[in-house]
Amino acid sequence: MQIIIVGCGKVGKTLAEQLDREGHNIVLVDISASKLADASNAFDVMGVVGNGASFTVQKEAGVEDADLLIAVTGADELNLLCCLIAKKAGKCHTIARVRNPLYNAESSFLKEQLGLSMIINPELAAAMEIFKLLRFPSAMKIDTFAKGKVELLKFKVKPELKIDGWQVSWLVVRLKCNILVCGVERNEKITIPNGNFILQNGDTVTILATPKQAQEFFKKIGIKTHQVRNTLIVGGGTIGYYLAKQLLDIKIPVRIIESNKTRCEALSELLPEAMVIHGDGTNQELLFREGLKQAESLVAITNMDEENLLLSLFAQKHSRAKTIAKVNRITFNDVIDSLDIGSVVYPKNITADCITQYVRGMQNSMGSNVETLYKILENQAEALEFAIRDHSPVVDVPIMELNLKENLLISCITHQGNIMIPRGQDRIHVGDRVVVVTTQSRLHDIRDILKR
Amino acid sequence: MNGSIILYILGVILNVEAILMVLPCIVALVYGEPELWAFLFTMTLCLVVGVPLSIWRGRHKRAFYTREGFVAVALSWIILSFMGALPFVFSGAIPHLIDAVFEAVSGFTTTGASILPEVESLPRCVLFWRSFTHWIGGMGVLVLILSILPLAGGYNMSLMKAESPGPSVSKLVPRVRSTAKILYGMYLLITVIQFLFLLVGKMPVFEALTTAFGTAGTGGFGVKNDSMASYSPYLQNVVTIFMILFGVNFNAYFFIFTKRPKQIFKMEELRYYLGIIAAAIVVIAFNIRSFFPTLGKAFQQAAFQVASIITTTGFATTDFDLWPAVSKTILVMLMFVGACAGSTGGGIKVSRLVILLKTIKKEISLFLHPQSVKKINMDGKSIGDEVVNSVNVFIITYFIIFSFSVLLMGFDELDLVTNFTAVAATLNNIGPGFGLVGPTQNFGIFTDSSKLILIFDMLAGRLEIIPLLLLFVPETWKKF
Repeated sequence: MQIIIVGCGKVGKTLAEQLDREGHNIVLVDISASKLADASNAFDVMGVVGNGASFTVQKEAGVEDADLLIAVTGADELNLLCCLIAKKAGKCHTIARVRNPLYNAESSFLKEQLGLSMIINPELAAAMEIFKLLRFPSAMKIDTFAKGKVELLKFKVKPELKIDGWQVSWLVVRLKCNILVCGVERNEKITIPNGNFILQNGDTVTILATPKQAQEFFKKIGIKTHQVRNTLIVGGGTIGYYLAKQLLDIKIPVRIIESNKTRCEALSELLPEAMVIHGDGTNQELLFREGLKQAESLVAITNMDEENLLLSLFAQKHSRAKTIAKVNRITFNDVIDSLDIGSVVYPKNITADCITQYVRGMQNSMGSNVETLYKILENQAEALEFAIRDHSPVVDVPIMELNLKENLLISCITHQGNIMIPRGQDRIHVGDRVVVVTTQSRLHDIRDILKR
Repeated sequence: MNGSIILYILGVILNVEAILMVLPCIVALVYGEPELWAFLFTMTLCLVVGVPLSIWRGRHKRAFYTREGFVAVALSWIILSFMGALPFVFSGAIPHLIDAVFEAVSGFTTTGASILPEVESLPRCVLFWRSFTHWIGGMGVLVLILSILPLAGGYNMSLMKAESPGPSVSKLVPRVRSTAKILYGMYLLITVIQFLFLLVGKMPVFEALTTAFGTAGTGGFGVKNDSMASYSPYLQNVVTIFMILFGVNFNAYFFIFTKRPKQIFKMEELRYYLGIIAAAIVVIAFNIRSFFPTLGKAFQQAAFQVASIITTTGFATTDFDLWPAVSKTILVMLMFVGACAGSTGGGIKVSRLVILLKTIKKEISLFLHPQSVKKINMDGKSIGDEVVNSVNVFIITYFIIFSFSVLLMGFDELDLVTNFTAVAATLNNIGPGFGLVGPTQNFGIFTDSSKLILIFDMLAGRLEIIPLLLLFVPETWKKF
């Protein structure tokens, strides 16, 4: 597809990289020539210098033939204007990043009236992600499929879990749990395991299950599964606000530590039920005084990535709290993952993933059949959800008889609203939804899972 | 330095060259010439080295940055020229190796300077290969490879940057591969159109082909001893027009093909380019009026020579070495101007000179208004300081290389005009100069060492100096 991305910041670049890798033709628009030069040196994209809300610039970027325009500049109004003009100038879909909570409250009105296909709020998306993790603290990362009926959860094998040295198939046989292991990360190497694969301490395991089964599974292997009972949030920015609001809505007590007095006052006005504490989040005494030892979770979302990571490490050392750190800018993912740090959320990736999913969905109506897509296992594997619309060679054949590609797993079938983890004798039917986990990229249709 | 990716690219280059040699083989078969084996032998050599290199490559060392891109391009051109010279040696057309390499480099760099005193006795297949190298070199062999080969990653843009002429290179469409395909498509199309026009003028098919190749690449090798002099005025005029067309930035044609012809009028470089051509033709035509029976004839001859020199093609219809000093000086000046950026022509490029002139204007106005702030505009958009800087550095480097080449040539004890114009004609990829290398002469008079200097100049001119100079910087070859 022809895609124009306005704004070559963190999200714009991440998007360009992801969409370029998926084979789309990308034109980046930004007022900074040097940022564009950076991006077009690193990926196969074209840069157009100028204000993305200008009709002339959009025309130069080829808006007339574009399928999609994504506006992710720093300014909400500019993004909306870009989309509005693109809508008038061409026949493309439009996606705007809108982060002001005020506009966000009116997002459905804006979407309808301005003809936007999608409004994405990075802070809200990040807060939702953190919220999911807090509801299921034993997992490091959660993605959902089939409208939330199936979850993809990531956890680390620790000595106290007693599954060190187990074969993957034993998890099903011995524990009688209907879950599926989709991937194992060991020493930065990713495997999509078969039943004989032996788990070790320190492995990071990704499983796929319904929320109920996952809960049961975690209970059986000895991980506590209830949602956290309280949360200590360090950093009272926009993400902190969205997160606190969601937590308070389900009656989880929240303490927010924020160093800016005015912001504290604003927060206490917006969130009367929250305990807002004015102070430096890196002050150890303050942390202890505000109950770090007893806290069940600590969310480090200050503006400093380094501070967030150190706070997480500190909390891991001094308490049993589930820790979540936000990393915005720094790119040493492999180093961060090697630390014992709990969960890490990357807002720019979350935003980019949401948009990539939308693009996949769009392609869906243009010949590809992917409904949902997640980059999992350090972006080295993908979990894709396909809708089976018509008859094809994969339909009505027992799965064990399908000649599947290497490193590919049919993980889940939704058949008439029932979720099942397929075994060898199960078949795919027309009308089902199928989740496939694979290290092969660029699958566009369910037929692509077969060897040629 | 990632050696394995460079070796891989070199391997692919050799394979592509072997495939391209199929065409002269066909010519040899058509005319039943025994020199066929020279090409077959060279093809085998190319494949023996190229195939293993292109199949083997370091699995985990795919990282590919600007440095690798520039080095790969420079080495590609050297190896391409060397292998391209072998058929001349094997066929006995040019037995001396350095002469053969000179001829091949002159072909690929679209210079068109020849060491051969006469060409009409050469086998057809060799003549065809000579002209065909112009066509390959004109748009660039790396661009050809980019359009065929799916090289992963965004860094393949650095290959294109290193090979395409001009101060800044932009893509036509988001993907490098599609951009390369479009460029070659337009190149091929315009070449075919010229070929048809030449056929209409009753030029024999073989000559029409080689002339079209020579014009398209702005090369200048002819298949006749008198270059273009013996052709009818119609044919000469066709060549004149197409030389000018191939000296235009290919973006202009892209605008036509994408139905945005209005954009062409915004191309400042094109306006200057056409303006310079028109002015030069008028001045020269009146200056050489007495040489021709009518003013019209003078205009026609002036137009051909001006187009030939400014686009750095190097065809000739008359011995302009006999013209008056003013005309000769204008032609020498045009040698340095060169064609538009993003065309197949050589030289400094009109856009660089325009930027330079604007810089001078800006600096002068700084004396009058010391605190004024001014950006340099091109095509209605301000261009960054780094582009201005790179233009300045390019021109300075260019003249340093120029003067040192002239200095070193001096040891041959030939006259200054010959040396000066020989370097100008090779560094700007034109072909003929003045004096002993004038349009009716050839480069065979030089010693081997001078020829090597000129070979370097031709490559430096085609690759716009920097990629070639990188090879001589020790830093390039260091591991860290």
